Amino acid sequence: MSTYVNRAPQDTRGTWTTYLGLTLVLLFSAFPVYWMFVISTSTDDAVAASPPALLPGAQFLVNAQEVFTLNEVYFAASLINSVLVSGIITAATLFFCSLAGFAFAKLRFKGRNALMVVVILTLTVPNQLGIVALYIVMGKLGWNNTLLAVIAPGLVSAFGVFYMRQFIAHAVPDELVESARIDGALTLRVYWNIVLPAIRPALAVLGLLTFVMAWNDFQWPLIQLNGTDYPTSMVALSDLASGNYVIYRRVLAGAFIATVPLIVLLLIGGRQIVRGIMEGAVKS
Amino acid sequence: MSLTDLRPAARHSAPPPPPGKTKHWLYRFDIKTIPYVFISPFFILFAIFGVFPLIFNGIVALRTWRLDDRSLDGWAGFANFERLLTDEDFWNALGNTFGIFILSTVPQLLAALIIANLLNRKLRATTFWRIGILLPYLTPVVASTLVFAIFFARDNGLANWFLSLVGFGQETPLDWRAQKWSAWIAIATMVNWKWIGYNALLYLSAMQSIPKDVYEAAAVDGASPWKQLWSITVPMIQPVVLFTVILSTIGGLQLFNEPMMFDENPQSASGGSDGQFQTIAQLIYKVGWKDLDLGYAASMSWALFLIILVVAGINFAATRRLGGGR
Repeated sequence: MSTYVNRAPQDTRGTWTTYLGLTLVLLFSAFPVYWMFVISTSTDDAVAASPPALLPGAQFLVNAQEVFTLNEVYFAASLINSVLVSGIITAATLFFCSLAGFAFAKLRFKGRNALMVVVILTLTVPNQLGIVALYIVMGKLGWNNTLLAVIAPGLVSAFGVFYMRQFIAHAVPDELVESARIDGALTLRVYWNIVLPAIRPALAVLGLLTFVMAWNDFQWPLIQLNGTDYPTSMVALSDLASGNYVIYRRVLAGAFIATVPLIVLLLIGGRQIVRGIMEGAVKS
Repeated sequence: MSLTDLRPAARHSAPPPPPGKTKHWLYRFDIKTIPYVFISPFFILFAIFGVFPLIFNGIVALRTWRLDDRSLDGWAGFANFERLLTDEDFWNALGNTFGIFILSTVPQLLAALIIANLLNRKLRATTFWRIGILLPYLTPVVASTLVFAIFFARDNGLANWFLSLVGFGQETPLDWRAQKWSAWIAIATMVNWKWIGYNALLYLSAMQSIPKDVYEAAAVDGASPWKQLWSITVPMIQPVVLFTVILSTIGGLQLFNEPMMFDENPQSASGGSDGQFQTIAQLIYKVGWKDLDLGYAASMSWALFLIILVVAGINFAATRRLGGGR
């Protein structure tokens, strides 16, 4: 075989070095998660051994039970809160963003293009920098230290509107919208009966990405819920890991349990998540 | 899309009013107002929880605003910003943020390019590899940092064990949290781990849209695969490289989760016993919600915002020049 190539890389068959490289990358990616599992199944002795345990033990249920029965951590409640917060944020984002995306892609109204430019500009604003003022706003609303304060800022996303607009512009034929309206259908009905069924793949992608981000969010939930008895699972984990005497197997059992839902999502929806990230790249 | 829509405009005129005049107003409302109703939830929520806080933050930064003693509230002018200039904690945090940022961004994007190039072949089980490298992206940083904290532990940590295997064992085991350089490396490793796969997919997506004849034309010169990557592929995907540089700048300079959870006592937000790895985002949290000084925290947010703008601009220009030079 010649060392020179005259083909595009994507037409070149992967060699054994390609597979070796990818396998190493995969091991590097998976090891921390695997080791999280290993420690969550181990005894204190196995964790403290040198080198530490690299194969799972049999203690998972014992460790998990300790996490759930710790009084001040509220771990079980935190998982329910995380499901609630991420679920509401995901549902609202899908609804509001597909509604706005539909209007921007298929409806005619004054100021449409200018408003779309505003959406694109807001994509670049790092919201995290406004957290101090956001905290004061939440205080005025009387929502500080409640789940509402964590949910409210996540209900819409500029990226979501942008993504939905792009998808709907291509996936929903103008003729279909027009003919439904000539038949006398109101816009809301067009949205519900024609647009929503046509954009299911995009809803899956945006839904998965939104859920993952909401589940993993830490800074804002920490500010709002630290010290309350209804934390999200990330806040509960930071609580579990704080203190003078930290028990690794217990902390990592908590970490592993809080990661499992996302691993399940990756197994079910990995294809969609990959597509979402790769499509986002092309379009932005 | 509407920009390329060349069909007669008449098709888009409002549908004829349906029979039955009582419903006429409803259809007018549907055509004229409903579009605004559809986009209003986004704009209203984004205005209240996104744009307004960002602007209001500028006002808070010019005030004394303490959570513990509201009687001190009042106009402070630029006092918060003046205090910032001589605040050792701030400069220390700024240095840490940049140190970790450089140690994480450069290797991260280089590794992502190389991995994307590996993925950009005819492969068996294409989807499997792509999903596999996304595992770190999905894993909560709070959870993975706890694993890395044990990995980089002083006593019986795997990192020290590996060091001793390759002959760098030390008489006293390395305490990764104790020095700046080692803490930065540990944290940068976590950031790299999380984002390499994600960036690789962004690059892969751009690589696959490069026209194939670009490569065929270059084949005359006889380029090795390695040379092909650096002299053809990378310049062709320069816009996406720019995009990832900007994304990593915005994200990297706001780094919070990793340094928080790497601490032996995360709730203290101190970034190590002596602030060795305290980042600006962490300092903002500490000043605002541990020291309860919201006005000062707001001024730090503004400073960070300006720093991000400047650095993103510099990185943008630098990446463009690097790419254009080839």
